Amino acid sequence: MTTESGADSEAKQPRENKETEKEKGKAKAAAAAAAAEPASPQNQPEQFPAAAGHSTPARKEQEQQEVDQVSHRSSISRLSRSPLKGVKKTKIMECKVALLDGSDFTLNLEKRARGHVLFDKICEHLNLLEKDYFGITCRDVENQKNWIDPGKELKKQIRTGPWNFAFNVKFYPPDPAQLTEDITRYYLCLQLRDDVVSGRLPCSFATHTVLGSYAVQSELGDYDPEELGSDYISELRFAPNQTKELEEKVMELHKTYKGMTPAEAEIHFLENAKKLSMYGVDLHHAKDSEGVEIMLGVCSSGLLIYRDRLRINRFAWPKILKISYKRNNFYIKIRPGEFEQFESTIGFKLPNHRAAKRLWKVCVEHHTFFRLVSPESQPKKFLSLGSKFRYSGRTQAQSRRASSMINRLAPLVERSSSKRYNMSLSLDGAPIAENHETPMKDSAAAGAAKILTKGDLITTVTTEKKAEEEKAEQEDAPTDAAETQEPTTPLRHDTKDTSPPEEMLKHQTNISELKRSFLETGESSPGLTEWEKRLSSSPAHSPRGDEAPMIEPLELQDTKDEPPASEETKEEVEPKTTKAAEYLVKYVGDSVATDLASSSGLHGISPSTTMDDDVFMDGTLREVDEVAEREEIKVSPGAVRQEVYQAISDKKGTLIILKEADDKVDAEGKETGAAGEEEEPALRGEAEGGENEAVMGVEIWSPKMEANGVTQIKGTDSPKKAMASWISEVVKTEATEVVGASTKASDAPQPGEEVQTEQSKSGPSQITPPESSTTSLAVSTLGWVPSSEKGPPEPEEKVVVATETEAAPAESTGPTGCDVVEVGTKEVPVVHTETKTITYESAEVETNGDVDPGVLLSAQTITSETTSTTTTTHITKTVKGGISETRIEKRIVITGDTDIDHDQALAQAIKEAKEQHPDMSVTKVVVHKETEITPEEGED
Amino acid sequence: MANMCPYGRFTHAVVRGVPETFGKAAGDDCEKGETSVDLAKAQRQFGCLTGALRQKVGLQLIEIPADPELPESWRIEDVAVIQGDTALITRPFKQQRRGEVEAVRKVVSELNLTVVEMGDSGGATLEGCDVLFTGREFFVGISSHTNHRGAEVLADTFKDFAVSTVPVCGGARLRNICSMGGPQTIIISNSEGAKKTLRMMEQLTDHHYEVLTVPEDLAANCIYIKGPSKLDFLLHRPAEECPESVSAFQKLQDYTLLPTACSEASKLGGSLSSLCLLVNRKLTYF
Repeated sequence: MTTESGADSEAKQPRENKETEKEKGKAKAAAAAAAAEPASPQNQPEQFPAAAGHSTPARKEQEQQEVDQVSHRSSISRLSRSPLKGVKKTKIMECKVALLDGSDFTLNLEKRARGHVLFDKICEHLNLLEKDYFGITCRDVENQKNWIDPGKELKKQIRTGPWNFAFNVKFYPPDPAQLTEDITRYYLCLQLRDDVVSGRLPCSFATHTVLGSYAVQSELGDYDPEELGSDYISELRFAPNQTKELEEKVMELHKTYKGMTPAEAEIHFLENAKKLSMYGVDLHHAKDSEGVEIMLGVCSSGLLIYRDRLRINRFAWPKILKISYKRNNFYIKIRPGEFEQFESTIGFKLPNHRAAKRLWKVCVEHHTFFRLVSPESQPKKFLSLGSKFRYSGRTQAQSRRASSMINRLAPLVERSSSKRYNMSLSLDGAPIAENHETPMKDSAAAGAAKILTKGDLITTVTTEKKAEEEKAEQEDAPTDAAETQEPTTPLRHDTKDTSPPEEMLKHQTNISELKRSFLETGESSPGLTEWEKRLSSSPAHSPRGDEAPMIEPLELQDTKDEPPASEETKEEVEPKTTKAAEYLVKYVGDSVATDLASSSGLHGISPSTTMDDDVFMDGTLREVDEVAEREEIKVSPGAVRQEVYQAISDKKGTLIILKEADDKVDAEGKETGAAGEEEEPALRGEAEGGENEAVMGVEIWSPKMEANGVTQIKGTDSPKKAMASWISEVVKTEATEVVGASTKASDAPQPGEEVQTEQSKSGPSQITPPESSTTSLAVSTLGWVPSSEKGPPEPEEKVVVATETEAAPAESTGPTGCDVVEVGTKEVPVVHTETKTITYESAEVETNGDVDPGVLLSAQTITSETTSTTTTTHITKTVKGGISETRIEKRIVITGDTDIDHDQALAQAIKEAKEQHPDMSVTKVVVHKETEITPEEGED
Repeated sequence: MANMCPYGRFTHAVVRGVPETFGKAAGDDCEKGETSVDLAKAQRQFGCLTGALRQKVGLQLIEIPADPELPESWRIEDVAVIQGDTALITRPFKQQRRGEVEAVRKVVSELNLTVVEMGDSGGATLEGCDVLFTGREFFVGISSHTNHRGAEVLADTFKDFAVSTVPVCGGARLRNICSMGGPQTIIISNSEGAKKTLRMMEQLTDHHYEVLTVPEDLAANCIYIKGPSKLDFLLHRPAEECPESVSAFQKLQDYTLLPTACSEASKLGGSLSSLCLLVNRKLTYF
């Protein structure tokens, strides 16, 4: 399946598609009509040319078609009629889905189909309406099961290999009796039977017996030795280690169920299964902060911690304020409890980054599904992360409401025999039949999916929707982006929420220490026992020395949010088809900012929309403390960071940092999909067209004191030159320009304008990197001279970093870049994209010589977008030594195919920004550009 | 699952007589070797307890004869953990007590229970008085006599249930500070240590329990049985032994309270529940 076709063909295709898009739309309708009329099996829509022949060879042929555009086309022409021509070009992938009864369901999907399309088709095939409890999994290279995100394209979620999936229960209803339909329970039973047999759901002998007996009753009906034979029971699987004794007991019980209907048997089965302690618990291997092997179990009620088979802790959802991950670490922030005043964060180590992310996602989803009433309208979401991954389906509450309105006669449940039969299953027929239906359902499915995300009831879907979707992919893009915006907001929270943390935590620790010494009796105070540790919320908890690892994340919290973000950026890249550019612009100015913010004209998002509301509030309230704290302690986290930063810059000389990131980064990005979520929608739109993705971040800083300017100049000079030369080497004209601009910015009071101009000039001239290039570069320029900086930069720097990171996680500052690179290198071998990050900072550091980090007055995030750009503006106001300072950070994401001139867009964006904030100067520009190099075919 | 009926249904009680060596070898354990225990009184109290179980509650009583060689064998609760149709024969902490399991093993096999041996797997030790089964889950108190490995074996034995480990403070045993007082009721002492334990239990559990707090440690150990007659019985320490706690028990609605003296066993660290193993041979499936 994975054939690498030339980049060229790939590149062209999208364009072609575009051209034909309108036509396609019409064709679709026509096709649907055509399909509707002749209901014969033969009547496959053009999308499924190979469906007629169901044998494997046919499939292969099909696959090949996908790979090879030409052959594809030709084959289509063979199979389809003229009216359908327009559609031919869609690539078709064959998906094989392992169903719960052990059979496979094969269907063909457009290559660009999103997860929900597949999911809906499966549900349709299964006649399942209460589908919110289910999901699709697919195995990654490590053979780990990953849930397919319904909102994302399938191809982005399948790294390699054939499109094989499995249909599984995702959310185990705590009370299956509340499910509306028997058929839903039937599938749940099948899942549980598999869970039991595979050992995922451990149970005692007695339970195996009982569950087994109901399973038999459900599958085979009443005990009937004549019909069933004496050995019928051995053909079924009930337990991981099935013994004769067990079979006999099962049979004994089975005999007693005469007259019980399958549905009843299933209810009994579920009533017993649901009481098992591991029912619906999704286990993940991890290590605690001391390196002890544990298991983290995610379930409907919260997060369970196991050591060996023993439950050693449990965090109910209400207790958890925040879930996050960074690299291979997974963190939960615990709400202060009855006995403790402060939040604490607990960290776990997972085997690798992907595992951490997987766990995080599962947590997010379970929390939303079981704990929230609705996924979006609920402002109290507790997750504030760089990643914008959210559970977008219905929550259990919504699902129940929806299913209570299911108004159909109970469907006939076709209970198939379980896996054991390897004999002739008439499975072959199934897919074929399915395919016939597909055309009709197709549109419905798409529509339904849409609705589903909104949490509404399933209603009939108009074909229009589909047409829209497919036809006007571009139109979609903006819409998506709009939708996505909300997610963006969380970032802002991070700022508030995050910035405090490091010091905060320490502070807490201190206090709690004090508190402990006051409150605790001598008896327990000396050594905290394991138990005390477990009582995460206990005051004693935080002071623990071993908590260091837990604190660590907090220090880096800003950073923490970053990684996902950066990945995200990369992720965008993965899509391969898309091109995205992000610009991060930071301004620092005097109190002007507020106006600017409003003037920026972007529609602001009220804080309430953000996920992290309550957390956020906390953050604000504590701000003061925090700040104070920061002053005292700033040394540690900030300093370290600073050092790193400096070290990096020093090492690389004036020129700053030049990082060669290999493609691996990108691959990784892919993996991290979660983060990318938000951008993705936007990307999707363009996916069709462009193969390139460019992310550029421009950060513009203006020190409030102009004095800096002078100092900077010195520094800047050399770097500038160096830069220039480097740039030429590297490739990017644009980069040079930008750099130059920023340099100037530092000198001139109103540098911004100049910068813009230059950029605008350079913009057009700039050449989008060729798709074939595989290098990724991270460049960061530090305006200040390393030596001069030492004292002052720390606080300033820290602040800067924090803000930047939060607001524009995707943009990498020097250090960030490094991180990303590292991670990427480790994790993914496949490279598809080119990532370039260029950071330029003016030497404003001196200005900040004052140690006082200032008091944060306010922080605000505004997001706006146009067709090809999304701008996130983050405004932070601080008061430092009586002077108020306003920093504006803009993150501009430009996505699009090659048709879009990124440079121009960037220039335009900067210009606009400049106009909006005339009295501010640019202090930092980060350009992060990602270009897709490898054609997506590689993946497929 | 199958065996997850509400806590308290029992059909049988297994007890073991108080030997004349009562209090002799147990000395090293609790308060001084030479606590003055009154053997006769101990036996009398034992008789009262068994009588209550048989005649008031209506359980079938199986009494294993006392064995002078095993001075602590009356603490039969320690040597087995029984849930549903499975009995886990434990490995007591003290070497000299390990002989006690023999007779118990025999009895539980005769009751047709599935017998699981803890054996010496990885140095596992566990005593029944560190185990609280609530009907929905197990709590194992990690104490001087029960270790993590022992708890693991327990978890492997009773796979249907969550097995959570909890701390017990001050050298106490879990069952000395808490016990079941109803299908969803935990009786727990008011001491600091007990509170800590309770807090941990609350954090670990998925279920909801009523908590009945009693001012005296000793009073926290009770025996709750929903007898064959569907009545709620609670065997608890009498007013003479726990004057302040009796009123708490009276809060339990519609219970048949059975004050049962246990002062002598108590001197040796035992309590009411130490003296019997409760078994349900009428398992209900549904």
